Amino acid sequence: MLHNESLHYLDHAATTMVHPQVAQMVYDTLCQNWANPSSLYQPGYESRQLLDKARAAVAKTLGAPAQQVFFTGCGTEGNNIAIQGALKVRRSWASNVVVSGYEHPSVSAVLRQMEQDGWEIRTILPDSEGHLSIEDFVSATDKQTALVCCMQVNNEIGSVVDVNQLARRVKEKNPRTGVHVDGVQAWLRMPVSMEYIDSYTVSGHKVHAPKGIGALYLREGYHIQPPFAGGGQEKGKTAGQQQGVRPGTENLAYAVGLAKAAALGYKSSQERWNRVAGLNRQLRQGLKEIPGLVFNSPEDAVPEVLNVSTMCIKSETMLHFLEQRQIYVSSGSACSKGASSPTLQAMGASALRMDTALRISLGAENTSQDIQAVVDGIREGMQTLAKISG
Amino acid sequence: MMKEIIMCYQGEMALKGLNRSSFEAVLSKSLRWRVRDLGEFQVYKAQSTMYVEPKDEQAQQNMDIAYQRVSKTFGLAALSRAAVCEKEMSAIQNTAKTYLESALRAAKTFKVEAKRADKSFPLKSPELSRHLGGYLLSCFPHLKVDVKNPDLVVMVEIRDFGAYVHGAKEPGAGGLPVGTSGRAVTMLSGGIDSPVAAWYMARRGLALHHIHFASPPYTSQAAQDKVKKLAEIVSDYTGNCMLYVVPYTTPQEYIRDNAPDVLFTVLMRRSMMRIANQIAKQIDAKALITGESLAQVASQTLQALACTDAAQDLPVLRPLIGMDKTEITAVARRIGTFETSILPYEDCCTIFTPPHPKTKPSLQEVEEAEAKMPGLAELEQQAAEQVLRIRIEMHRQAELDPLDEF
Repeated sequence: MLHNESLHYLDHAATTMVHPQVAQMVYDTLCQNWANPSSLYQPGYESRQLLDKARAAVAKTLGAPAQQVFFTGCGTEGNNIAIQGALKVRRSWASNVVVSGYEHPSVSAVLRQMEQDGWEIRTILPDSEGHLSIEDFVSATDKQTALVCCMQVNNEIGSVVDVNQLARRVKEKNPRTGVHVDGVQAWLRMPVSMEYIDSYTVSGHKVHAPKGIGALYLREGYHIQPPFAGGGQEKGKTAGQQQGVRPGTENLAYAVGLAKAAALGYKSSQERWNRVAGLNRQLRQGLKEIPGLVFNSPEDAVPEVLNVSTMCIKSETMLHFLEQRQIYVSSGSACSKGASSPTLQAMGASALRMDTALRISLGAENTSQDIQAVVDGIREGMQTLAKISG
Repeated sequence: MMKEIIMCYQGEMALKGLNRSSFEAVLSKSLRWRVRDLGEFQVYKAQSTMYVEPKDEQAQQNMDIAYQRVSKTFGLAALSRAAVCEKEMSAIQNTAKTYLESALRAAKTFKVEAKRADKSFPLKSPELSRHLGGYLLSCFPHLKVDVKNPDLVVMVEIRDFGAYVHGAKEPGAGGLPVGTSGRAVTMLSGGIDSPVAAWYMARRGLALHHIHFASPPYTSQAAQDKVKKLAEIVSDYTGNCMLYVVPYTTPQEYIRDNAPDVLFTVLMRRSMMRIANQIAKQIDAKALITGESLAQVASQTLQALACTDAAQDLPVLRPLIGMDKTEITAVARRIGTFETSILPYEDCCTIFTPPHPKTKPSLQEVEEAEAKMPGLAELEQQAAEQVLRIRIEMHRQAELDPLDEF
């Protein structure tokens, strides 16, 4: 795994290694195309052209027109722009937001803030297996619903929502309601369609591009008021105003890196899916044989993510035990830094189940040795470590 | 894998008399040429319909692109994609059900329209419609029959080579096959109008090349690239062509320095027309095409147009002359040039323009002003000789995979 065979990195939902070809392209761009894409002279024009090519490449993977894709700093920024921007312009007629109960903090925390501003937040909880019902979203949507937010692939347990279908149904109920999808864990892993979705967020570092770059899709004609004031960068046609969707001098090198990662990921997505699905089967098979261990990910989750609970060893203890063997997994969303899992909580899991949860997330570079190592590690950990009293 | 075919229906060509076959020959050559790199296709004609039929696996896989390309071929009034099956009722039913499944699911109402060109088929057209309609109703119980205004028309044609099942026809690009009317050159500025003018004239059967005037440093490389991109977009309809870029800075500065301000624009237009005339004659083009629309700007008033026309001896075709900007814009959007046209780069028509140009210049005063510019003819000659030739290839813009750049 990675550059070192004895190291077992199984935390791809937290971040991924930058692909060497991506790193090289970023480096080359930094050295050669450092001119400001907004400058009118030739080097600036060349930067602009490169930026447009990068935008077109990312747009292609989303099946979206290039001018509707905007580069952002990260997934969190994309979610903030889409949600805050949409709610600002819907204040006059709308009063509520419908959101899944297991969103990433970059969605849920924004909505908590919005709640303090007077918005009613209607939360749709998953069932005990981690499935969300589209029907629940539709029935919670009414004439005053400004926005429906739902992630496509859950970052902790890997469960999937048919977001295009969700958007279609929501639009049937209220055509004015916007639909925002956090696609950070889904991008380049499964097919997406922007047919009914209004805004869609992706992030670079989950797909072998560097941290510090992401992209936001906004449907043509979808009105938002971007939260940042500044220059006209990343303006497109959507904003309908002079201010850009994400003002600030464009991070050309990283945008190019994102495009390179997109091209690599898009072209190999089927192959990657098959490979990861094989590893996932091996992992599930291996862990099933460990007495007492339970799966938190549903059967139909994406193959990249498997969430389990040992029901006896504290997550953090197990994590550090595995770390001693150079096996790296996480106790939940890396962004929550060990706080108890919002997803498992939303699913109504017991305290013990939450406290002993582990998220194993796979990448195409993983091998069956990595899988064997983590299965053996967890088994031995459960046999030797001190159990939670209780 | 279900076998598909593209059926192309001729437009006004069908009304041609004795020379109809020469039009058809150009059209079928054009269709053949357009799909040549997509696999093995057979293009043939039967019962006044042209067929584009994939003959190998690569061609089958490229049907989407082939259909796109055929839909941009002038000379076709309509086209449709059809599934081919045996001329046998159960095969027709099965094909209709599977080939049109998603359209049938999405529709609420439908009707079946049958055409029996092969009279040896046992069922007559109305009976065939009834049978197939009944079958589809039993498979998709949510559907209702509506013969007046259905969401979906399922068409079945029984022809010599087999039975064809297709959804409604889509309108084709219309007009006459490119090349059947001769050759002309377009004055391509980079704005919204001129690519639309080129499109309209190519639709009347003209083979086109384009002329662009560049005035660096007043105009940028970006402006020239934009014109190239426009020519590439239009070439999906017109076919491969040349873009002639005329280095126009020196004549333009000369006019600015030696002519009355108020006449600058009309004098510049005349000068450009003379250069275009020279290039046109070199390549045996018989007309100039501009995107002028009556009274849109000062140089497009009746008096100004009369002055421009008098500058040279080739006919000037102005297909947009009676159109409003909104109509022109709508066409630009439809043919895909609008987004590129509105990129904000300075073009040579907008530099040095006086604040109050004369809207009604007389030919006499214009010619008097030109008499005071004895050096202009030579500068124009030099500009025409130093022209930069850029080859424009069709299908580049539309089919470029942006991921291949990375």
